[in-house]
Amino acid sequence: KLPGKLNPSYSTLEKQTPFKDATTYNNYYEFGTDKSEPAMYAGTLKTHPWTVSIEGEVKKPLTLDLDALLKLAPLEERVYRLRCVEGWSMVIPWVGYSFSELIKKVEPTGNAKYVEFVTLADKKQMPGVGSRVLQWPYTEGLRIDEANHPLALLTFGMYGEVLPNQNGAPVRMVLPWKYGFKSAKSIVKIRFVKDQPRTSWNLSAPNEYGFYSNVNPDVDHPRWSQASERRIGEDGFLSRKRKTLMFNGYADVAPLYAGMDLKRYY
Amino acid sequence: MVFNPSPKQIGWLKGAIFALALVPLLRMVYLTVSGQLVDPLEFITRGTGDWTLYFLCFTLAVTPLRRLSKWNWLIKLRRMLGLFMFFYGLLHFMTFLWFDHFFDVQEMWKDVLKRPFITVGFIAFVLLIPLAVTSTNAMVKRLGGKRWQWLHRLIYVIAPLAILHFWWMKAGKHDFIQPTIFGVILSVLLLMRVWWAARK
Repeated sequence: KLPGKLNPSYSTLEKQTPFKDATTYNNYYEFGTDKSEPAMYAGTLKTHPWTVSIEGEVKKPLTLDLDALLKLAPLEERVYRLRCVEGWSMVIPWVGYSFSELIKKVEPTGNAKYVEFVTLADKKQMPGVGSRVLQWPYTEGLRIDEANHPLALLTFGMYGEVLPNQNGAPVRMVLPWKYGFKSAKSIVKIRFVKDQPRTSWNLSAPNEYGFYSNVNPDVDHPRWSQASERRIGEDGFLSRKRKTLMFNGYADVAPLYAGMDLKRYY
Repeated sequence: MVFNPSPKQIGWLKGAIFALALVPLLRMVYLTVSGQLVDPLEFITRGTGDWTLYFLCFTLAVTPLRRLSKWNWLIKLRRMLGLFMFFYGLLHFMTFLWFDHFFDVQEMWKDVLKRPFITVGFIAFVLLIPLAVTSTNAMVKRLGGKRWQWLHRLIYVIAPLAILHFWWMKAGKHDFIQPTIFGVILSVLLLMRVWWAARK
């Protein structure tokens, strides 16, 4: 059990995806590229003990174990839409707190322009590490102002429970206005850096996956349109796909990108 | 070993293959109806595509097998295998039209013209239509054996297009294992023909 106090201002009232669907249909390539594989193979992931080191351009570098991280700020429940770059979506109640709480704690220096998230890559625990689909460890990144946006959630649980391994236990990011792959899972290191970090999917296919990867119905993936999406468990044989919203409906984040050409910075 | 089944035995064999060839479809229907799949649409789209490729391989394997084994009766199975390839290809195309575009033909065209992997898949499917239409004995007679054969050599164009479609579909994730396996199998089947043609 891992309850959080519902934060209604950051929660949607849309129908939540069944727990079973959200925990058996996952993209977590460290455990295999098939969507059913993470649920089958993530049992080998050891989430205790777990420490996260926070380093780089900060005045107070820290190494925190999970208990310390959990106590850093009050846990909230937030029901977010999740839009996968592949064209499907879910609605999931996450438990965590704004990443900005952690940023406050470590006091970034003026040089900290970006945040890099480094995730676990241990062949012994993760059978998919070693596949040549991606470079390991899986890394992701945000601009510091994006990371500071209150919607960016440092996440420990879902559906009132501790995160299942296949969903990125014990600690992950959730960035509801970006495609799902931007939200790094099983984070072991958080680095504050000066230059834009390289990110795994961008390294793998730069023309398909940009650094920003904001949900954007007007910018197609080269192999499919992003104008619409299929809500898992709802949109099926009898209904048309639903329209995808700019920033996945989180218009709050629009000022972060004021003046940017989002077709170029996709 | 010369194995020469009687017409009756061939009839049984064809019946068995027909039934087996429907198993993948029945399995997809069963898994969907029983609600075991989180994303049945993706599963069916992938499944019908995979089985189109399997039947392409089976169809193109008939002639080499026949030459190597001297089992000439194998030719009697080829039409059915080819038609099952068309059948799964048609289902695959229908998933695209239905699940992706909900029968909006105009939207479908945009996708076909804009995305190379869909373009080649679509061309491969369209080229299959004349082969399926001319598969009956009456059509063979009407066209004449020679012309019919020439028309059906279109499969040598369709096969690489189908591989390319699969290859490009997987390209974004650098996940080339399956397209490579299909590519190797089909290359061997096609190169054997080239070899035999050259020695004639």
